[in-house]
Amino acid sequence: MATARKRLLRVAQGVGLALLVAQGFPKVAQDFSPAVLAQSPTFGVGHAPNPALLQQIDIDVTPDGKGLLPGSGTAAKGKDVYTRRCETCHGPTGTEGPQEILAGGKGSLATPKPQKTVGSYWPYATTLWDYINRAMPFDHPSTLTPDEVYSAAAYVLFLNGVVGEQDVLNEATLPKIQMPNRNGFVTDPRPDTPIKRK
Amino acid sequence: MQNERSRSRRWFLGLGAAWSAALVACQSKTASPPPAEPRALGAAVSPYGSRSKFEKTARYFNQNTKVPLEEASSRTPLHETYGIITPSSLHFERHHSGVPELDPATHTLTIHGLVGRPLVFSVDELKQLPSKSRIHFIECSGNSGGEWRGGSTESDVQRIHGLTSCSEWTGVPVSTLLRECGVDPKATWVLAEGADASKHDRSIPMKKMMDDAMVVYGQNGEPLRPEQGYPLRLLLPGWEGNSNVKWLRRLKVMNEPAMSREETSKYTDLMPDGSARQFTFELEAKSIITRPSGGDTLVAGAFCELTGIAWTGRGTIVSVEITTDAGATWAKAELQTPVLPIAHTRFRFPWKWDGKDTVMASRCTDSTGYTQPPLTELITVRGMNSQYHNNGIQAWKVASDGKITNGNRA
Ligand code: HEC
Repeated sequence: MATARKRLLRVAQGVGLALLVAQGFPKVAQDFSPAVLAQSPTFGVGHAPNPALLQQIDIDVTPDGKGLLPGSGTAAKGKDVYTRRCETCHGPTGTEGPQEILAGGKGSLATPKPQKTVGSYWPYATTLWDYINRAMPFDHPSTLTPDEVYSAAAYVLFLNGVVGEQDVLNEATLPKIQMPNRNGFVTDPRPDTPIKRK
Repeated sequence: MQNERSRSRRWFLGLGAAWSAALVACQSKTASPPPAEPRALGAAVSPYGSRSKFEKTARYFNQNTKVPLEEASSRTPLHETYGIITPSSLHFERHHSGVPELDPATHTLTIHGLVGRPLVFSVDELKQLPSKSRIHFIECSGNSGGEWRGGSTESDVQRIHGLTSCSEWTGVPVSTLLRECGVDPKATWVLAEGADASKHDRSIPMKKMMDDAMVVYGQNGEPLRPEQGYPLRLLLPGWEGNSNVKWLRRLKVMNEPAMSREETSKYTDLMPDGSARQFTFELEAKSIITRPSGGDTLVAGAFCELTGIAWTGRGTIVSVEITTDAGATWAKAELQTPVLPIAHTRFRFPWKWDGKDTVMASRCTDSTGYTQPPLTELITVRGMNSQYHNNGIQAWKVASDGKITNGNRA
């Protein structure tokens, strides 16, 4: 995907590692034979998926928004979803726990007490939609409607000051959200020891 | 659990004879005389074995936590296991949403996305394909994570390092399955997803999938244990535990990573400048003295075998060195053969403690020439916030009364 690659490049440029990424991710493609597609099956085991069943499990969402279900929501609507379905574990403003802290932590990543939250750490809003849709509420996962997922995501983003209360999140707008830590990730440079001394 | 553990530890010390000769010597305990000659018949044959009722070794997990125990880990008793294979019942656990109960008669693996022929495989169909068995460790990237911020002097090898285990795995190479589906040459990543409640998912570079990844159904000669992904899990030799997706239900061939929560919010390493390293898959070379270790007591002048395990995600362990004088000198330990790639490697070192306080530690070198660094060196480069991927040297402090404690911050 050209856009995904561009995005990775942008991440990399942000931290001066463009070269690493440019040689890193795309290079993976050249490491196996392009002739694979032409091959016919060797063992003849397995059957074609039933399209309806495949659709049920094909739930992932990529940063460009592919995989988002039709629907929409706002933080204003999300307050109700959040209060009923999320608050007991994540607290009224997403900062109280008892489970994961969802909001706050802005500017804390480079300090001795970093707080990694949706607002301070997560690079993509699509990840939030995907994770709420696949895994939350923790004790009753996959029980929210798509509209409720959009609204819950909007509310968590609102608690982080990333979207406004009335901003409408849907398949088109959610992938466009610029997360504060979008450029915060670098590729693995290890081995990083022994320390090379000049 | 805490209580049960210290009870079993006390029992373990008191009944040294049942355990290794080394510790008997270290502890100088005399075993009580054996009971009178048996005159009664023993138990009859049985369909499925279990361990002796005298054995109490158990996985450790913290029960005093506000985090649900379905979103938790349990740790292998590294000090109370031998050789290089971890018994399946003591393999460490890390689940994000509990252990699902999956019926192998209905569970399937779907491969789709950028392929010519999307396919669904039943567990039986996978078992019909050409199989491979490989002995590999799996280590959680969060193993030893508490040490970044100092750890606890009270802690022992199980609590600090118990998120690594080693098994013989049997299954099908992923490359066989991908060829069967015909991969689009544009494809660069494969999303692997589990059938657990939270549908745990990770994006894996295509190169790894074609190199040595497997879909496994066997563990130590039996079907996988439910805690290890029954009936199917992904095995990525040498790569961080959570990428070896358990309860595998789906592989989606893609041309970008999905950027799932488990590869952004979690399992990324925060650096001192606030940037975070992502896709840090490979586990670097690591070794630990497992016995005697934190919580044990040495006896001066008695023979004591130091033993432990070493492993690397990048190849084979070529040497393990031991210091018993706080790093002043290092001597080679003996490696138990066979020494296998990407597997726990058992090492041994004969020793007599002279009764003076000291620090003992092991460090290993792998086939790439990489040597396990001191934890302080990792902290110099990565700071104290990175949380994952600590492969630094574990120091054990020996006090003049023989008591061994965690010496990483001594
Ligand atoms: C019963 C308790 C519970 C409820 C209710 C619940 N959560 Fe969670 N949530 C958790 C736990 C536990 C985790 C950590 C899971 C893990 O690490 O695997 C979590 C993790 C998260 C995370 C990821 C945090 C991070 O930094 O990685 C988000 C986002 C989240 N929850 C949002 C929600 C939303 C939105 C709702 C309501 C729709 C909700 N949760 C309801 C317990 C709960």
